[in-house]
Amino acid sequence: MATQLETRMTPVKAISFALVGLWLLIAAFPFLWTFWGSFKVQADFFSKADWTNALWGTNTTEETGGAFTGAGYHGAWITEEFWQNVINSGIVVFFTVIISLTFGTLGGYALARSGFRYAFWLLMAALVFRAMPHITLVSGYLLPFFEWNIWGHLPTTIIVLVAINQPFTLWMLHSFFLNIPKDMDESAMVDGCTRFQAFRHVIVPVMWPGVITTGLFSFLLAYNDFAVTAMLLSEENETIIPAINSFLGTTQVEGKVMYAVAAVVSATAPLFVLILFFQRQIVSGMTAGAVKG
Amino acid sequence: MKHRTFFWFILPTLSAMILFIALPIVSVFLQSLFVQHEQVLVVSESCGPFGCKESTKVDLEATEKLREEAPMGQYNGLGTYINRSHLAFAEVGNAWGSTTTFGEFWDQVFDLPFYNALIFTLTYTAIVTPLVLVLGLAIAIGVNGLPKLMKGPSIFVSLLPFLVTPLVGSLILFWMVDGDGVIGATIQLIFDDPNLSLKASTALTWTMLIVYGVWHTLPFSFITFYAGLQTVPSDTLEAAQIDGASKWQRTIFVVVPHLMPLVSFVTLMLLMDNFRVFEPIVSFSAEAHARSLSWIIYNDLRESGNPLYGSAGATSMLTIIGVVILLTPVLIRTWRDFNRKAH
Repeated sequence: MATQLETRMTPVKAISFALVGLWLLIAAFPFLWTFWGSFKVQADFFSKADWTNALWGTNTTEETGGAFTGAGYHGAWITEEFWQNVINSGIVVFFTVIISLTFGTLGGYALARSGFRYAFWLLMAALVFRAMPHITLVSGYLLPFFEWNIWGHLPTTIIVLVAINQPFTLWMLHSFFLNIPKDMDESAMVDGCTRFQAFRHVIVPVMWPGVITTGLFSFLLAYNDFAVTAMLLSEENETIIPAINSFLGTTQVEGKVMYAVAAVVSATAPLFVLILFFQRQIVSGMTAGAVKG
Repeated sequence: MKHRTFFWFILPTLSAMILFIALPIVSVFLQSLFVQHEQVLVVSESCGPFGCKESTKVDLEATEKLREEAPMGQYNGLGTYINRSHLAFAEVGNAWGSTTTFGEFWDQVFDLPFYNALIFTLTYTAIVTPLVLVLGLAIAIGVNGLPKLMKGPSIFVSLLPFLVTPLVGSLILFWMVDGDGVIGATIQLIFDDPNLSLKASTALTWTMLIVYGVWHTLPFSFITFYAGLQTVPSDTLEAAQIDGASKWQRTIFVVVPHLMPLVSFVTLMLLMDNFRVFEPIVSFSAEAHARSLSWIIYNDLRESGNPLYGSAGATSMLTIIGVVILLTPVLIRTWRDFNRKAH
């Protein structure tokens, strides 16, 4: 019930609205600026003389004849063959998500239904693994991978990302399965199902909301990874994030920075679409661990 | 669930974790005990009309053969851990003995690569984490007071900095604060100093990285607290209001205590994520002034032609020990909770 007292504008309220407004500006402005600027030439995007050049595209008009140019995108996608990296990323992300969800649902279900002490220890170990910087593990991979000649290939990276993803997936699905009443699968087992049949016919049909939420975060981990993909992939197998980083090393030439800007905007676009469609699931996933305490 | 069934269900995930997380830790540890081979040098004497000259040459073939036979390098025990690039016992001892004031000692320790990275990583974690907690709570309370129509869009906008790839997000900010970028140029204008660069000094570089860290992780604490705010019991709030508590008092004495369990969860997550700070240093090319533990491992592995596996391994082991120390309070608390539930 909203009383008059609550709807009145108090100084405290004004300050807190101002804070929210400021935050939203800080959160959104860099993306809008970079997106807008990616259709300009370098002289406009990095315009020291007058920042409004970037808005109206003064130099862009001089150099190309129009206020907008797709030169950065053309350079990145076609000249630098960014599309190849996009395909690689697609393969890595797709298989990482599918495999980690398969492993994770089986393991998370087992952990949620087992009251044994070793289940607890497994979860604790997973927590420690989850906290380790990924680069510490990468230094352990390199020598063996060189020895076995599996360095640089996409499948190697996929299985490594699956493993690095497991601790998080396990925790999330474990707490999700705890919320599915035990009675459901246990009554199926009383009716004569084996444990796996009960899982297959009773749990699988109701687990999709949790699996989708977890899948979104597995996607983000695989898509956003830099430490593993930069160290474990050969140049022709690079995914988009290390590719953007290697752009920077080679693009000190005038104009080529815009290739990197275009690539950065292209890499952000899928995330934007993801948030647009799955905002509710992402928010519920972020707080899933928190609500359980 | 029977032990047998449990085993089959957990097998895929467990084997993935053992093979690619647990064993690599062992492999990192073993690596850290070795150093790479010295190059095999051959001294040959060449005599010409002006007398004989000794020249030293690298015997590539023999070096290659040595590397082939023992790719790990030669055994060095714990030597790598205590050399200058890591714990540097000798150098720290020297500095302690030779300096008179604590400030001087500190300066000398700060020049040692490992301590330098450790200090940066800890400072970053210690500043970003509390800032994000407080600001996140403030914004969550602010958004909670917004009209219903605006809540969804503000959460949408807030999610962007959190979900964006760290490397990409820091690049976007870097281009803006660069000397020629929109923010960098404005700052130069304000201070009337055309050479002012955020990359020029250690203090400014650290500030820039910390600002990035807050920008990137703030949405996480904001959204978690916002979700928590939806569960604050309205009865308690009303009771406090009837008792004459102001809005501010209600926030401090009712809302904040209700969110306390969330605060410990968010702190844990933030500590874990901030401790591994790495990508922004690559994006900002800030390595001249700020190096984190993850960054020095990456740098050792990148050493072109001759990666320093031993050195990277030792830093990795020390980092893992750091993570475990950081997590100990949480682990102990969870262990107690588990025992309480079990009995």
